[in-house]
Amino acid sequence: MAGPGGDMQWCFSQVKGAIDDDVAEADIISTVEFNHTGELLATGDKGGRVVIFQQEIENKNPPQFRSEYNVYSTFQSHEPEFDYLKSLEIEEKINKIRWLPQKNAAQFLLSTNDKTIKLWKISERDKRPEGYNLKEEDGRYKDPNTITSLRVPVLIPMDLMVEASPRRVFANAHTYHINSISVNSDNETYLSADDLRINLWHLEITDRSFNIVDIKPANMEELTEVITAAEFHPHQCNTFVYSSSKGTIRLCDMRASALCDKHSKLFEEPEDPSNRSFFSEIISSISDVKFSHNGRYMMTRDYLSVKIWDLNMENRPVETYQVHEYLRSKLCSLYENDCIFDKFECCWNGNDSVVMTGSYNNFFRMFDRGHRRDVTLEASRENSKPMQVLKPRKVCAGGKRKKDEISVDSLDFNKKILHTAWHPQDNIIAVATTNNLYIFQDKVI
Amino acid sequence: MSAAIMEVNAEARRILAVSISKLYASRTQRGGLRLHRSLLLSLVMKSARDIYHSSRESEGPPVGGEQPSTEEAMDACSGCPGEANPGHREPQPEPESVEPAPEDPEGCDGEITEDKENRSPARQSRKRRGKASAAPDFLPSKRARLEPGEERYAAAPLGSCCRAGAVDSLSALSLNRVIPAF
Repeated sequence: MAGPGGDMQWCFSQVKGAIDDDVAEADIISTVEFNHTGELLATGDKGGRVVIFQQEIENKNPPQFRSEYNVYSTFQSHEPEFDYLKSLEIEEKINKIRWLPQKNAAQFLLSTNDKTIKLWKISERDKRPEGYNLKEEDGRYKDPNTITSLRVPVLIPMDLMVEASPRRVFANAHTYHINSISVNSDNETYLSADDLRINLWHLEITDRSFNIVDIKPANMEELTEVITAAEFHPHQCNTFVYSSSKGTIRLCDMRASALCDKHSKLFEEPEDPSNRSFFSEIISSISDVKFSHNGRYMMTRDYLSVKIWDLNMENRPVETYQVHEYLRSKLCSLYENDCIFDKFECCWNGNDSVVMTGSYNNFFRMFDRGHRRDVTLEASRENSKPMQVLKPRKVCAGGKRKKDEISVDSLDFNKKILHTAWHPQDNIIAVATTNNLYIFQDKVI
Repeated sequence: MSAAIMEVNAEARRILAVSISKLYASRTQRGGLRLHRSLLLSLVMKSARDIYHSSRESEGPPVGGEQPSTEEAMDACSGCPGEANPGHREPQPEPESVEPAPEDPEGCDGEITEDKENRSPARQSRKRRGKASAAPDFLPSKRARLEPGEERYAAAPLGSCCRAGAVDSLSALSLNRVIPAF
């Protein structure tokens, strides 16, 4: 895979999380997100916790540029709840985390479970006041008769403490399960999407939101599609897209009307009739949609492929990459073991030249758009010696298996990479296996 | 019946059975029924049903006593994607997705001025009918029911609402082997 300065190889940097094979369900990673500078990396898990890692740069000079991510803050974002009216448990699993651009010393992120979005402030405290006039060091008030002079408290250094506090709770606006949140480029509003509706919020206002998309039919028996993902355009604050379970993407302009049920553009590729099967609808359902950083393209992920769409062309994608086409003949088994319902995410690199997505057997795939090359890599403990270069992997679809290839039937479908993230500027990637977070960096030869 | 058609039939029936058991299992999932998943399951069931019916049509009239019961089961399935979809009142508690059945679907249209206070007891019960009462056999009913000659499942892996008996009309689909997995 070529990048600036020559061929790029990926090497292992760090792995976070427990080593046991016995994975606690609460530790399963459910979302991964870099902040806008890449200095912070947040993960959410099924237990409702958020763990934030901070980058510490060891050597700033290329090509020896090396950095390490260490735990910066851990907090419980969401707790399990019970909806007594519907007799339903509300899972605490963090579905998405989105960072707000930094405006002051503190960092802010939005985290959401199925029903409630929370705005968290993460701030550092490295000084504490000392020398109060009226109080002892332990907080007890002094006897006023003993006070004979006036002194002003001074701030003295202390060990760094990182505090996370919930600043806003945006609740009770979603009947169905929230699948996406997206911060607007105006830095004032954000959207949240569930299966049938998309709501627009102001970051300062928690007691109301505007419904901007509602695809719920009058008669639920006529339901044919649901919303699977939504995102604001990175620069145009009036534009957002949402994807559906039917494989379509709708681009909406909030200037056109208050309720954006009528799309401005509809992106859809006609289905290839030769690929029709019982499971055609399931595999065409889009699991993720992401705008490119430059705002000219968007990428969608369905079960077997990644598609790049030019926002100016609605009738077909400009590029299609097969992630694991060898699974097409196994759809029935994947249906039985539920893997066909897995929702893979996808991401762009900083300059939109490469896209990445996950697969099974702890494999993940990168597609270099410019050089039309792709590579399959593996996140595994076996390849986790410091700076170990990752060897490209290959799956043998049929016929004679070559040495170093792995056959489709040997793939472990319990080891899936659903969540990946790419540093906004550098070639650093975070790849989440079931309960471990792998960080890889490029090695320029 | 040609071998290919039989194979397609068997495949369609198997997929239907798997789908139904998944639908049952999802009712006891943490976090409640997932609309997206339920929709996808119902679409697969619809595809399987359509393929089954079209392969039966191409094979000709039914040949034996076994056929009518499976056909009945399949026809019951024709209500499935609609019934199984989250709009259906019975399988799930989400009130938003419930469309209230009309009070008296047949009788009300011309009788706007009917005297509800003084109805004769012989009249139809005021209990809501509509789609809920048209639920096919294999979907769980809230009323206790024991199929003749059948015992209840001792374990209830599917939660308290499910009955082995209710499922039994699809026994030709080997559902018994599939259900315990959940």
